[in-house]
Amino acid sequence: MAAPVFKNPVIRWIDHRLPIFSYLHHEAYEYPTPKNLSYWWNFGSLAGVMLMVMIATGLILAMQYTPHVDHAFNSVERIMRDVNYGWLLRYIHMNGASMFFIVVYIHIFRGLYYGSYKAPRELLWQLGVVIYLLMMATAFMGYVLPWGQMSFWGATVITNLFSAIPWVGDSIVTLLWGGFSVDNPTLNRLFVLHFLLPFVILAVVVLHIGALHRFGSNNPLGIDTKGPQDTIPFHPYYTVKDMFGLGVFFIFFAFWVFWAPNALGHPDNYIPANPLSTPEHIVPEWYYLPFYAILRSIPDKLMGVIAMGASIVILFFLPWLDRSPVRSGTFRPVFKWFFWILVFDCVILMFCGKYAPEAYWTPFTFEIVDAATFTERYAALAGLSHEAALNAVGEMWGVNFASGTFGIKIVRLGQLATIYYFAYFLIILPLLSIFETPKQVPLSISKPVLGGGRAAAHAAAKPMEKA
Amino acid sequence: MAQATHGGPAESGTRRDFLNLMTTSLAGFGALAVAWPMIHSLNPSKDVLALASVEVDLSAIEVGQAVTVKWRGKPVFIRRRTEEEIKQAEEVDLATLRDPQPDDVRVQKPEWLILVGVCTHLGCVPQGQKPAEPRGQYGGWFCPCHGSEYDTSGRIRRGPAPLNLEVPTYTFESDTLVKIG
Repeated sequence: MAAPVFKNPVIRWIDHRLPIFSYLHHEAYEYPTPKNLSYWWNFGSLAGVMLMVMIATGLILAMQYTPHVDHAFNSVERIMRDVNYGWLLRYIHMNGASMFFIVVYIHIFRGLYYGSYKAPRELLWQLGVVIYLLMMATAFMGYVLPWGQMSFWGATVITNLFSAIPWVGDSIVTLLWGGFSVDNPTLNRLFVLHFLLPFVILAVVVLHIGALHRFGSNNPLGIDTKGPQDTIPFHPYYTVKDMFGLGVFFIFFAFWVFWAPNALGHPDNYIPANPLSTPEHIVPEWYYLPFYAILRSIPDKLMGVIAMGASIVILFFLPWLDRSPVRSGTFRPVFKWFFWILVFDCVILMFCGKYAPEAYWTPFTFEIVDAATFTERYAALAGLSHEAALNAVGEMWGVNFASGTFGIKIVRLGQLATIYYFAYFLIILPLLSIFETPKQVPLSISKPVLGGGRAAAHAAAKPMEKA
Repeated sequence: MAQATHGGPAESGTRRDFLNLMTTSLAGFGALAVAWPMIHSLNPSKDVLALASVEVDLSAIEVGQAVTVKWRGKPVFIRRRTEEEIKQAEEVDLATLRDPQPDDVRVQKPEWLILVGVCTHLGCVPQGQKPAEPRGQYGGWFCPCHGSEYDTSGRIRRGPAPLNLEVPTYTFESDTLVKIG
């Protein structure tokens, strides 16, 4: 790559001493990108934009917020009512968290389908998992700051996860709290960390992009680029495509901010925190629900926490669990099915995390029935007394017929879904790498696009002074 | 290593290795010595630790009633148990319990059951203090978060919680006055 010649003398002067403009030109302008990227490849840059949106709105909100148990709730209400455009900034920040997760989940599943985690991109993938973990921690801490009922009890439940650690668990929890319950010291430190972690995320994003640019983007065919005929420069082709996607995405984002700003939250968080009363249902934010379902599906406290942690840690090992040499799911006829079942499985887990574990889901009438109502229906159907029905339902494995409908206990459904989740990574992928016969992959990216590898001059010639 | 050719001792670089080791470990201990005050500053401070104990007047609590008081930022359950509840608690076969404890080690006076009202699973406050709240199958408390059920001695009977509800330290100052903490 020859250094670009800049017309502006000031830029030239700076670039000679600090080659920042050459670097940007190389990494964001002429950067050779596979020419066959689909819209699924928009979500990486969307995630980057969301990080910027969150940092910008977050900084401004922090200037109006008071991290003290006596003032936190009111300072958030003040932002909503009195601060100029405070409502807008907070709603953008609040819904922005959900948008960030939507984008990142699509980005992750894109990687899972197209095998973007495979060699030589293992480290790129693992850095992504680190970003995801940091995001989860940051989002959790942010949710605590308004100091509503869900904030307080969410913080209590999540910090108590650490008490499952043998021997030192309780000391760790006391250390996290800075007291004997979630209280002012806890709120203070969570605020500081919520402020800090986004910048840590930013640093890991830089590493993520650094690792990405080492070998370049994967692509829908999952084959390596073989030369300039397979690539186009990042600018203007993908900058424009990313901008278009961003516009569409912002319409979606704006819908939530302006028409349904509280739809993704929980009304209980508009009740100030009360340490003496736990809300009827503690439900985490939607983006944690699958993990919450995994936690609840295991009846043992320590094992539940381990399983929840393992569900994410397993992603670090994914590049070595899936040994199939073919990256893209397009050419893996059997894998494809299991992949889509995994997507569906995660939706099921999300659903299980949302409802009470003892409740029943009736697939035919499509409703959630609480345990007591379900038992009554069962008693009526089977002609049993209430007591007898209670015992009968209690002893059943969890799949019952009642009132002519078929019901599955939420916790059982969650257990089945948890088993599939782990089986996908630990059993299905390793076995598929051995037994699946992939379809023939194309010889080059140009071949399926242009019907031959020779049309090089077409796209690649432009600003790539390769020679 | 390079030093060996400089006519050092036969076991090349012994002196240098020693100095390296000493310097590195000194730096390591130094780092730890600095880290500890930082970490420990996050632990409960003296004002938090100095939280006073609470005195509760029991005279207004009828048989079968329960009250909740706040101690160290946490709820403490005080339930004046009925004869039947005491009997239930005493007759349980200990072998069936997850965290086996006879009722008499969990109370000072069988009538008064005093517990820290924090579920041993993930720290929610179990329901069952007010008459309208569910008490679960075993007549004690029911945790709404993940469905743990406690009996009339506050022992875990069902659900994910591993341990019985904690019994705080308390002393009866008189027949109607209890000091918690």
